[in-house]
Amino acid sequence: MSEQNKAENRAEIAVAKFLEHTDAEAASFFDACVHCGECAQACHFYLNTGDPKYTPTYKLKPMERAYERHKAPFSTLKRMLGLTPSEVTEQELLEWEPLVYDSCNMCGRCTLVCPMGIDIAGTIRKMREGYAAADMVPEGLKRSAEFVRKTSSPMGVTIKALKAQIAHQEKDTGIPIEIDKHGADYMAIFSSMEIMGYPEVLGAYAKLFKKAGLSWTISSVAYEATNVGVQIGSAPMAKEILQRVVDAAEALEVKHVISPECGHAYGAIRWAGPNLMGRQFKFEVVHIIEVLDRLRREGRIPAGPKDGRRMTLHDPCQIIRRGGLLKEPRSLLDDSCSDFIEMKGSGITNFCCGGGGGVSANPRAEDLKLAAFNSKAAQLDAIEGLEAVVVPCANCRTVFEDGLDDQEMDLEVIGLSELVAQTLADT
Amino acid sequence: MSFLEFVEGPLFLFAAGVFVLASLWRFVGIIRIGRKKDISPPKGSAAGGFIAGNFRHFFPRGIFARRTWLHIVGGYGFHLGLLALVVLGAPHVAFLEDRLFGFGWTPLPRWGFILVADVAFAGLIVLWVRRISDPVMRLISSRADHIGSILIFLVMLTGAFAMQESHDLLRAIHMLMVDIFLIYFPFSRLFHGFTFVLSRGNTGATYGRKGMNL
Repeated sequence: MSEQNKAENRAEIAVAKFLEHTDAEAASFFDACVHCGECAQACHFYLNTGDPKYTPTYKLKPMERAYERHKAPFSTLKRMLGLTPSEVTEQELLEWEPLVYDSCNMCGRCTLVCPMGIDIAGTIRKMREGYAAADMVPEGLKRSAEFVRKTSSPMGVTIKALKAQIAHQEKDTGIPIEIDKHGADYMAIFSSMEIMGYPEVLGAYAKLFKKAGLSWTISSVAYEATNVGVQIGSAPMAKEILQRVVDAAEALEVKHVISPECGHAYGAIRWAGPNLMGRQFKFEVVHIIEVLDRLRREGRIPAGPKDGRRMTLHDPCQIIRRGGLLKEPRSLLDDSCSDFIEMKGSGITNFCCGGGGGVSANPRAEDLKLAAFNSKAAQLDAIEGLEAVVVPCANCRTVFEDGLDDQEMDLEVIGLSELVAQTLADT
Repeated sequence: MSFLEFVEGPLFLFAAGVFVLASLWRFVGIIRIGRKKDISPPKGSAAGGFIAGNFRHFFPRGIFARRTWLHIVGGYGFHLGLLALVVLGAPHVAFLEDRLFGFGWTPLPRWGFILVADVAFAGLIVLWVRRISDPVMRLISSRADHIGSILIFLVMLTGAFAMQESHDLLRAIHMLMVDIFLIYFPFSRLFHGFTFVLSRGNTGATYGRKGMNL
């Protein structure tokens, strides 16, 4: 195949996928956008660079053009009259690729300011399907995908490594953690970052669930919660990754699968999961924050002495704004710290950390990620005497640690499960 | 048949017919593209979210106000002003009663008509100046965006000339612009006047299922 044919095919493949994923919802977005530019004012990539190319709606341009040329009502008539936009070329797709992958966390903040309520984040997710199909994906994400194929983990975390971390936590807490326990009520899955970077979360689960008398387990074949398929934008890959968890959970006959403190992992299994698999699961998907909130309200994990440090909460986009868990973390924090303070713009309008949507797995986007973190740093800096920030997402935690280091800010970053475990009543 | 009779008669009926049929075609065409049924277990109502999303986005969020006030003022001024002058302007009420509905309603007094027209003009000019001067707007604006702005401006401008009702030609020119506007509307970005319901509603439904009102 000649180089030119290959190039044409890549553009054709991407456009075909764009069109396949332009459903009535995406069409309504393209046909409603008045190019008012308000979305730029909500995007931390634009706000921190001032570069108009980071305007969220602009990032959708190739997909919008493909729709207008091929699929929109009257497109046939307009094409005959020469009134449709020209065909999207490979050159344009390559030009847009960093906009689609490096400068969008799919955080959805732009939807809040959009007068038309356009879900740009969700449409970027669909657009990435075209890029993934045409193999126009950043190297960092490709590398993660390779690791997943080999080990099921984007960081290459093997079951041997997990077992070692479990053994450490069992020793620290004195509580055994059972692997592959058939018929357990709950099966917990984790992000690789939690397992390797914040393994104390395993101990926190053990402590909390023992207190609650909750039967739980970890699968030896499906312990990874993150889904690089969702980040890259490949539904087949996302399904393949998800299949492992679904198969393991159904084989163990657990009643619930606990999604961890990881933003996109929750969306991937809770909201996208059944749609990717084409069926409902035989178990219920619950987020760890939901589980803890439920156990707290049932009086099964009573709160003990509160942490007295001045703390605030970061709202991970995929858990709070796009996940629907707004009140639960706040309810838990009310019981866990005595000097909790909301950051300005908290809740569903909160800024993303800058590393979501695969950006933190994409080394090419490192500078942009750190620039975007300026918005978060400003929120934190505005709180006088702040000592710690609760970040219930392992990916956000790593971005916070990088960002705080970059900004030379001295602030402890802590997970919510760990905080709840630390402030658990002794009795 | 005079030019005025033509633009208010057959041409207007043709333009109105195109407006209605093409709008229906496009609106239904978007819906007919279809979307996969979401089978994830819901936490809330998608239908409720569709409605809530439509209302929620009428009201700008305070946190964005400092950065978006110009667009809010211009956008609301233009749209509300235009709606009021089209629906409540005395010549328009008389025209709609005579040509379309067979019944009328109490119009705005003349000073009210002038006031809402001024508000609409001011809003449109703010939006337009912003579109041609702001770097973000310059980058993302298409030819269709500018054509829509110019067309609506001409409709309003010729309306202002015709307001005195001093000469049939001025009224005829205004009606010609209205006819062109009606024909252009369903094929253009101006159609956001209808698609906003679907756009806000679809997002609202997605979040409604998750138990959120965005």
